[in-house]
Amino acid sequence: MIVAEQKPFEEIAKMVEIFDKVLILGCNECVTVCLSGGEKEVGVLATSLRLYRKQGDRPITTVEETLVRQCEWEYLDEIEKLVEDVDCIISMACGVGVQFVAERFPDKWVIPALDTKCAGGAVEHGLWEERCGMCGECILHKTGGVCPVARCSKRILNGPCGGSQNGKCEVKDVDCIWDQIYKRMMALGRMDQLMEIELEKDWSKARDGGPRKMSREEVMIGE
Amino acid sequence: MSENKSRLQTLFEQGEFVVTGEIGPPKSASGAGIREHAKHLSGYCDATNLTDNQTAIVRLSSIASGVHVLQAGGEPIVQMTCRDRNRIAIQSDLLGAYSLGIKNLLCLSGDHQSFGNHPTSANVFDVDSLQLIRMVKRMRDEKVFACGEEIKKDEPRFFIGAVANPFADPFEVRVYRMEKKINAGAQFFQTQIIFDLERFDRFMELARERGLHERSYIMAGVMPVKSAKVAGYMKKFVSGMAVPDDMIERLKKAEDQQAEAVEICVEQIKYLKNVKGVKGVHIMAVGWEEIVPTIVEKAGLLPRPQVPGLAQVAG
Ligand code: SF4
Ligand code: SF4
Repeated sequence: MIVAEQKPFEEIAKMVEIFDKVLILGCNECVTVCLSGGEKEVGVLATSLRLYRKQGDRPITTVEETLVRQCEWEYLDEIEKLVEDVDCIISMACGVGVQFVAERFPDKWVIPALDTKCAGGAVEHGLWEERCGMCGECILHKTGGVCPVARCSKRILNGPCGGSQNGKCEVKDVDCIWDQIYKRMMALGRMDQLMEIELEKDWSKARDGGPRKMSREEVMIGE
Repeated sequence: MSENKSRLQTLFEQGEFVVTGEIGPPKSASGAGIREHAKHLSGYCDATNLTDNQTAIVRLSSIASGVHVLQAGGEPIVQMTCRDRNRIAIQSDLLGAYSLGIKNLLCLSGDHQSFGNHPTSANVFDVDSLQLIRMVKRMRDEKVFACGEEIKKDEPRFFIGAVANPFADPFEVRVYRMEKKINAGAQFFQTQIIFDLERFDRFMELARERGLHERSYIMAGVMPVKSAKVAGYMKKFVSGMAVPDDMIERLKKAEDQQAEAVEICVEQIKYLKNVKGVKGVHIMAVGWEEIVPTIVEKAGLLPRPQVPGLAQVAG
């Protein structure tokens, strides 16, 4: 899932300071699961904004709504009426959702309430970690199912570097993922595979190649 | 003797016990200090490393520093990290460095940028140190760029070095990785600074078991540690460095800590010289370069050998 974290409240308040009626739009997918942009967070943000603005003598009207998904046109169609009479939309989705909203409603000012962090998951209650760097060409079959692209601080493909110490990365508070890859490969009896030099990665398949697309012709609806 | 071979490579091939030093380029646009250090080390070190923005702090470029060493009559070993350049920039810089007379290259990952003075910069790592080594070797031996395109003429012909850290974890992996670097094209190694001689012995034992000492020239890294305070600091803050407590104690007790530091370093060099498979010593005394001649002399490594056909210079 996409992991995102709410921006500091003051920043959000500053971004809407010139508006008097805003739509706060949540998303029921990833950001609900990571407790940053679901229905509950929409409610909390709306209340906080109203209180803050009342204290500042410029009250604000908030409209609350949470969609099944912000990254799909059909759900965005549902809020056409709501959007009409607000000054701006605060999207509490990931960066994808924010952009779908902006694209669907070109006349409205759209504000992101979250900082989108990574593709990851909850490893324990309240702790989310990055797992995939979306490199466009997965190599997990070569590394025992553990991703060095997203999880090594230097995205080294032939690790570990000389900074690995006691399972920790030279970068503070980070686990050395190559330590884990080696231990796993050793336990699985696949050390010989790690002795092969992993060649330069084709980063053109990653974001470095420019924005990416994926298409499935069989499901496309022709004009 | 091939005219293309570096002085460093020639000395290894002659079976000499090689001594290298290290110069940390300045945070300024003047090469005067580098040339001065290079002259100072002349006759004591056979070649000198020039670090590449060490600890991710912006400094005069390692290639330009190497040229200053050449101008001072020395033999540079230019360091190249993967942190700051993609494969286009790296190869371009390699062509440039070789065109300026640099023949020894040390390939390494590089410290993460979060350690340095630009922690907000992008982290490149387009290739890693192994891929870098292989790339430099293919440019030389197969005359191709990384993409496979032919280098039609005047390919760079570097003597390829790499680093090995016997003190990083997991321990066994350190030897595998060294072997992998040799397979990729590494011809000589400089190790991380050695304080824990016992662990280094075990490392070399494993390396010898796999015949790595016969497939590459291994140089042991040492560092004179000026005071107990510096040693304590290093133990605490420098990653991948095992500073033993008894060394800190010994420095603490000494009347003249600097003299004791020299004494310890000399003892280490004498010990390391006798470890089977060690072909040289790399003295890292950045910030205390002026002590290097004393150490080399006391360790009984003088006079430094001559290379027939090359003027007696070093740096
Ligand atoms: S190898 Fe690439 S696609 Fe696979 S998990 Fe890592 S970043 Fe994601
Ligand atoms: S210590 Fe491990 S995780 Fe950190 S950069 Fe080195 S190999 Fe990658």
